[in-house]
Amino acid sequence: MKAKFLATAGIVAATAVALTGCSGGSGSGGGGGSEEASCTNTIVNAEAPQVTVWAWYPAFNEVVDQFNNANDDVQICWTNAGQGNDEYTKFSTSIESGSGAPDVIQLESEVLSSFTIRDALVDLTEFGANDVKADYAEGAWEDASSGDAVYAIPVDGGPMGMLYRQDLFDAAGIQVPTTWEEFEAAARKLKESGGGAVIGDFPTNGRAFNQALFAQAGSVPFEYDSANPQEIGIKVNDEGAKQVLEYWDGLVKDGLVATDDAFTADYNTKLVDGSYAVYLAAAWGPGYLQGLSDADPTAVWRAAPLPQWDAANPVQVNWGGSTFAVTEQAKDKELAAKVAMGIFGNEEGMNLGVDKGALFPSYAPVLDSPEFADKEYEFFGGQQINKDVFLDAAAGYEGATFSPFQNYAYDQLTEQLYAMVQGEKDAGKALDDLQVSLEQYATEQGFTLK
Amino acid sequence: MATTTAPTSSHPAEAPNQVKHRPDRNYRRKQRWGWLFVAPFALIFLTFLILPLVFAFRMSLFTSTLATGNKFVGADNYIKAFSDPIFLQGLGTVAKFALIMIPAQMLVALVAALVLDNLATWASKFSRLMIFIPYAIPVVIGALMWGFLYSPRFGPASSIFGIFGLAAPEFLAQDNIFGSLVNIVTWQWAGYYMIIIYAALRGIDPGIYEAAVLDGASDRQIALRIKVPMISSSLVMVVIFALIGTLQFFTEPQVLRGVAQGAIPTSYTPNMYAFSLAFSYSQFNYASAISFALGIVVFVFSFIFLFLTRKQSGLK
Repeated sequence: MKAKFLATAGIVAATAVALTGCSGGSGSGGGGGSEEASCTNTIVNAEAPQVTVWAWYPAFNEVVDQFNNANDDVQICWTNAGQGNDEYTKFSTSIESGSGAPDVIQLESEVLSSFTIRDALVDLTEFGANDVKADYAEGAWEDASSGDAVYAIPVDGGPMGMLYRQDLFDAAGIQVPTTWEEFEAAARKLKESGGGAVIGDFPTNGRAFNQALFAQAGSVPFEYDSANPQEIGIKVNDEGAKQVLEYWDGLVKDGLVATDDAFTADYNTKLVDGSYAVYLAAAWGPGYLQGLSDADPTAVWRAAPLPQWDAANPVQVNWGGSTFAVTEQAKDKELAAKVAMGIFGNEEGMNLGVDKGALFPSYAPVLDSPEFADKEYEFFGGQQINKDVFLDAAAGYEGATFSPFQNYAYDQLTEQLYAMVQGEKDAGKALDDLQVSLEQYATEQGFTLK
Repeated sequence: MATTTAPTSSHPAEAPNQVKHRPDRNYRRKQRWGWLFVAPFALIFLTFLILPLVFAFRMSLFTSTLATGNKFVGADNYIKAFSDPIFLQGLGTVAKFALIMIPAQMLVALVAALVLDNLATWASKFSRLMIFIPYAIPVVIGALMWGFLYSPRFGPASSIFGIFGLAAPEFLAQDNIFGSLVNIVTWQWAGYYMIIIYAALRGIDPGIYEAAVLDGASDRQIALRIKVPMISSSLVMVVIFALIGTLQFFTEPQVLRGVAQGAIPTSYTPNMYAFSLAFSYSQFNYASAISFALGIVVFVFSFIFLFLTRKQSGLK
């Protein structure tokens, strides 16, 4: 009886352990690396310490393999923890719980200060970040740093341009617009031609896209320096933002543009099936377009610079673009910093990213290379879109400042823009309401308003 | 029913001196086995439900803002929650859902169960399965599916309405999103409630129907005057399930938000609000308070409902 009892107890205990999943870390070849070690890639050199990396770049596995083959003293253990917000949610949770974050993480530059304010990222200046400053495009470096501190190493950028359907333009007899005035005229002409297409989309959930359009007219929504983290300046309803939003509100009211949500299946289809004649895009847009299915086979895509408010003084803006940051939870921060600087910080790695992942590099040796400028894109009928559009746009970009609660700010922006396109309020009122809600939020969160 | 318990009380004499000790030891030994079998569940229950609850409650008593640190504030977060217009608006939304959605689900489930109860053909078995199947589809998948069905581009609506020369309604527009969500939930849950009601109906002694027929009751009278009152306790249970589910409304609007970000703001329901506070805006403390505040509301509503229906549910 007793033996039976003990045996049963043993079984129950074993089951309990199995069910609660305490299987213990069976880290493969861990020399100072992390214990979870469930890498997506294969570790080439099992003796070397490992650095865990979260990233969602396309074709990143090849870049990781290249890095691991080239480095004996450190190995990357890569996980794709989701794209954008999905990854940030996981990162945010692991910051709160104090464990579970990777050593190196891909972050878009717009969310960097949202994480620096939570002391989640390491200032890389003490690990020699300033030594590689000259290797990166200025605007991108500006976006990754705050004051004297450098919180991330830029990887790719999103200078904006205009991708358009040459065939639809020709059918409606439209010249490629170079200013927003011409863009509106083109939109009218296209609508009157009766082909069923509109010139483009103004998504209310465009987030960084909407913000970039505002910035083109000189809007500076936030003033923030992580050296002085409790102080923030908010001015989302400045003249520039109002001018741009009134313009788009007019286009929406006249039915000249669509207001479909971006990044939905509907939107993706409409991008390529001829519903929109223009895709206002960042430099990663061409890669995105080519990945979409149901494309109109007769489509003739070309790229042109983004229309300007003042053709004599062009302003270049950026949408998206990402970086590698080192987290405070990294066990060996120096090694992690080395990885953050090294993954795309060499020509082999960055070239892989450009060729296989369609990235627009922030790494100057590749960015400034003649091969990159002269690269011909089959999708655009052999057009050299980097030379024609994006290199100038990247060179002209001076950087932007984002708030430490950018996700909240974008969600609020979406709500206000939606109310506007629903006809509940005009552009000025939408931005004024946004200003009020953000000021209130900042005060609640303990910030002092500048 | 009371008669079944009578035999045990018929041997009161032998219990006191002779048998008392032994069953007690037996009982205790059995109890030990019982605990052992419960242990795996209890362990998981403790680690994944009770401990997080305690932890979350503790969190809800503190505050930590982005710019300042962590400090104890007691009930402040709860006071803030119950005077937070966004939270209250969310409560208003789910209350509206409760008023429309629960009756809709109940009606569909009850009618289906009553009809199926009266039929005894293969068609009834088949229909029963078909009505139940949506419940077998995971909620997230169901909501994603409906997202496509509602889509003006991929959905069937434009071609169906096109036959009659009409323009299809925009299911994902601000004015229609409420109805679209009600439809998804009803589609998914009515089958489950139907099964509960149907099972209760099968439990009724058919002799009662015979008596009713002899007394001249029509089919409709049998359904409404006999069947419905006799399964009232099941109906109460179904409403409680639906009430708790509706007040915690989350998955369907959260998934549908992927295709209708304007029409469904991040704070559409209290649960969505708590979710975005915690995971998008990293206000874990206030999010915990919102969750507990919602828990209190759910408890109060369920309690009031159970109190009002104590006669029907047999709790009295």
